[in-house]
Amino acid sequence: MDETALLKLLEKHADMNTCDLASALNETQENILSKLNELEQNKIILGHHTLINWDKTNTNRVMALIEVSVMPEREYGYDRIAKLIYRYPEVDTMYLMSGKSEFIVTVYGKTMQEIANFVGSKLACIDKVTGTCTLFVLKQYKRSGIVFEAEEDSAERLLVTP
Amino acid sequence: MIDERFLSKKVQQVKPSGIRKFFDLASELEDVISLGVGEPDFNTPWHIREAAIYSIEQGKTFYTANQGLLELRKEICSYLKRRFSLAYDPTKDVIVTVGGSEAIDITMRALIDPGDEVIVLSPGYVAYEPSVTLTGAVPIIVELNEENQFKLTPEQLKQAISDKTKALLINFPSNPTGGVMTHEDYEKLVPIIKEHDLLVISDEIYAELSYDVEHSSLANFEEIKDHVILISGFSKAFAMTGWRLGYVCADPVLIKQMNKIHQYIIMSAPTAAQYGAIEGLRHGMDHVSEMRDSYHTRRNFIVSGFNRLGLKTHMPQGAFYIFPCIKHTKMTSEEFCQALLEDQKVACVPGTAFGEAGEGYIRVSYAYSIDEIKIALGRIEQFLKNKGFL
Repeated sequence: MDETALLKLLEKHADMNTCDLASALNETQENILSKLNELEQNKIILGHHTLINWDKTNTNRVMALIEVSVMPEREYGYDRIAKLIYRYPEVDTMYLMSGKSEFIVTVYGKTMQEIANFVGSKLACIDKVTGTCTLFVLKQYKRSGIVFEAEEDSAERLLVTP
Repeated sequence: MIDERFLSKKVQQVKPSGIRKFFDLASELEDVISLGVGEPDFNTPWHIREAAIYSIEQGKTFYTANQGLLELRKEICSYLKRRFSLAYDPTKDVIVTVGGSEAIDITMRALIDPGDEVIVLSPGYVAYEPSVTLTGAVPIIVELNEENQFKLTPEQLKQAISDKTKALLINFPSNPTGGVMTHEDYEKLVPIIKEHDLLVISDEIYAELSYDVEHSSLANFEEIKDHVILISGFSKAFAMTGWRLGYVCADPVLIKQMNKIHQYIIMSAPTAAQYGAIEGLRHGMDHVSEMRDSYHTRRNFIVSGFNRLGLKTHMPQGAFYIFPCIKHTKMTSEEFCQALLEDQKVACVPGTAFGEAGEGYIRVSYAYSIDEIKIALGRIEQFLKNKGFL
């Protein structure tokens, strides 16, 4: 089975059922199911997400990118300190980066104050964290390949053409 | 009073396209799901659009050389060499045209005389037969069939040849059947083409959309290469239909004559489109490959869906069309498409729009997202239930 084709399909159509996946890949449903299990067990497929534009709902939701500077530890490098940070449920995404800061952390909160409290009382207090720089997101334009507010309607194709 | 007396007899011989009728019918309805479009659903990749915009910003808005920008012709030749092992000289063998359509037109006008016979395959793209008729030549129709996966067999070719035959017009991968010819399939035709000294006009606009098998061209056969006129373009592979940009590659003796017509009727293809195409050929192959992969999964999905509904569909190996058989419904292709449109507002194209050999089939495009295809399949299922076929 073409594993890459399956993954590419799921990346764009997370809601496709096994029957449709089998049709699209010319495989049996049994093969698809067993491959999906294998991919999940091997932590290649880690989860399925729905992309939501929370700005269009009445939900209070603030997003911040936080640059975190840290001192690496002998034997552990950055991994142990990363764990101390990402285990907080407020942390949505975390990357080790090249550049002036070691980590970039994405955090969600109901208000800016809530995020500020998290940074001040938890994140910045972690041993080996030497500094933080919090960047609040003002507007989302595009995420995971999806434009949040398309400026123009895509031109309509004719209904029937040769 | 203006009446038919003023019209050219040649034009009057040409029938209006069968597609037009369905376009008009579908346009009158709301909430139509169309599977009737012969163009990609992808936007032209942004870097191509940006390159064209940049060329305009820079004031590159003048005519180009008649044959097209040399830079573009060089890119076309380099692309044909690396993708399909076809060698052409950018200075002598190529004309950049206004879509593949202009390439077909100037080829016909430059090479075909009244009274000549041109072998045309059916079902086939709607413009081929008229393009022959308009030269005053006679189209000799070869009917391709599903049993042979809509390929042209050596026996069919031999039967169609007479002492008046000047050229063979082919289109693989095919619109509307999705049929392809492999290197081995072509190998059997080559001696016949050579023996009868035929020209081959080969529209390979869907070359990049070949699945399961490598695209092959009759121009790959050195012994007849100088007899092959290769037509292609950017519409399908690069999702650039509205840019109207194609090209024709052939022996310089032929190109020189085609270029005379091109320079008088067109002058040169749109300049901004040419700059966009250069960018596409230089940096756009990953996008081409992504689009092909996407069509590939959609093809599998839609073929499986139609077969599940009892509409027997062979697995096409190219383009983005399937050609399901509807003979068991006892309806004509046109009746089927009209009833489907009226009952469930799904637009497909009757096979007969592509020639009489298309009777009993419909053309269904899968240049649509899987979600759209799924909704359309649901409606077609309901239609078949309503008509008592399921």
